[in-house]
Amino acid sequence: MTRLFRGLAGLVAFLLLWEILVRTGLVSVNAVPPPSAVLPTVGKLLGDVSFLRDLIATMLAWLIAILIAVAIAVPAGLLLGSIPAARTATAAVVEFLRPIPVAALIPLVLLLIGSGPEAKISLAVYASVWPIMFNTIYALGEIDPVLTETARACGTNRARMLTSVALPHAAPFVFTGIRLSATIALIAVVSTEFLAGSDLGLGNFILVASTGGTRFDLVYAGTVVAGAFGLLINEGLELLGKRMFRWSTVDRGVRA
Amino acid sequence: MTAVTLSTRVGKQMGRGVSAVVRRWLVFVVLVGVWEAVTRLSASPFFPPPSKIAVSAANLWFTGPAGHLFLTDAVFDNVFPSLERALGGWAVAGIIAIALGVLIGRSRVAMEFVNPLFTFFRSIPPPLLIPVFITLLGLGPGMQTGSIIFGAVWPVLLNAVDGARSVDEVKLETARSLRTPRLYWIGMVVLPAAAPKIFAGLRLSLSISLLLMVISEFQGYPLGMGRALINAQLDFNLPAMWAWIVLLGILGYLFNSVFLAVERRVLAWQPTRLGRD
Repeated sequence: MTRLFRGLAGLVAFLLLWEILVRTGLVSVNAVPPPSAVLPTVGKLLGDVSFLRDLIATMLAWLIAILIAVAIAVPAGLLLGSIPAARTATAAVVEFLRPIPVAALIPLVLLLIGSGPEAKISLAVYASVWPIMFNTIYALGEIDPVLTETARACGTNRARMLTSVALPHAAPFVFTGIRLSATIALIAVVSTEFLAGSDLGLGNFILVASTGGTRFDLVYAGTVVAGAFGLLINEGLELLGKRMFRWSTVDRGVRA
Repeated sequence: MTAVTLSTRVGKQMGRGVSAVVRRWLVFVVLVGVWEAVTRLSASPFFPPPSKIAVSAANLWFTGPAGHLFLTDAVFDNVFPSLERALGGWAVAGIIAIALGVLIGRSRVAMEFVNPLFTFFRSIPPPLLIPVFITLLGLGPGMQTGSIIFGAVWPVLLNAVDGARSVDEVKLETARSLRTPRLYWIGMVVLPAAAPKIFAGLRLSLSISLLLMVISEFQGYPLGMGRALINAQLDFNLPAMWAWIVLLGILGYLFNSVFLAVERRVLAWQPTRLGRD
């Protein structure tokens, strides 16, 4: 209870400081609207149909991207993780593709497939495939030999090995990858919306509001909503992971 | 006799080295070859062949005067300042985050007060804050560095807090019973204990910094690699656009490799390292 109270106190203190900075004129009202203007705008936006459409477009693009990324990265990781030769052979290609900042690909994707939902989804998939794939590969390398030897001694065949030994062992690691990717995918989706001026999406909403220049409370309110969505994803996945993998002894502590 | 065995062994080792290189790069080389062949055949304007990209890259960056090591103005105007701001912003964010994170992590109540606030800030997709930084700091290098610092600070900060809390009881009690001076305690016990997490955060922040560098230059800052990339796209100069993309990939790879090498050295004393991505 004190924890919750202290957290709220911290939030309120921050909002008060922000309000005071604006009211005293230390920060210009035109550039930075006070929280007393931003928070009501957030409420109004959440009742606004066209804003909700933007929000849903972003959420859907994010969800689809994560699902596609999992569908690509987990099998790829299992394959590369169980066949060392394949891993060595593809290492150079992967090491070259992975570090390209996803933003650098935005202009290319815009030229190729335009600024529709396909663009943001494919960029988000590209960005979020790597953490899931690497965590899957890593997990396969970490399997306790006792487990595999025992399974083999019991006459388990290869397919059974994969489904009953490797996958359950890899699951917490894969989930860590998904959590990292969830954040990255959201960044990729809103960045694309923001830069490409697609028809729908939170990023696009903020772009339009910021180029208008007169309603900066809309920019801040949109950013607050985006942050809340990000928070929901982060905390939701963290809770889910804790529940699902209570049996696992793996430390999944890397915060992203 | 010995000379013979020695030379055969050297020969074998060289053979192994060569085959390792072949195994590592064969697929890469074949793929580039296929890419070259397919793009030449299809002659699509969007996919110039790699050889064309290489020529364009050479013209872009390596046709400068000898006094500048043959580097062109494009390198001095776009590449170095961009990197300076990305790496500088990342470094500043890292220093702030580690200092603050260790302080907050070692305090019993501080994190309870700031946790919701910080978790929220961490959750905002950093590119969305660029309009905010533009209004605060103008369309200059300031807003770029500002957004990079803000985006890069949270992963390190939250990891540093977690790390600083992970000092085990035995070390805590030992340090207390030996009356370890405060600075020594922070520097020799808390920081090393937090180091693995701090490095994990720093690595994530590094890629966020590069991403924000590119995006903030897309948003109107007149110079830099991101701007050059967008200009190439607007001019429909696709070989140049590809060249910039490849350069950003190479730089990302380079930074990541250097970072990993440093991390391995600094954390070499750790008993088991979970080398996760």
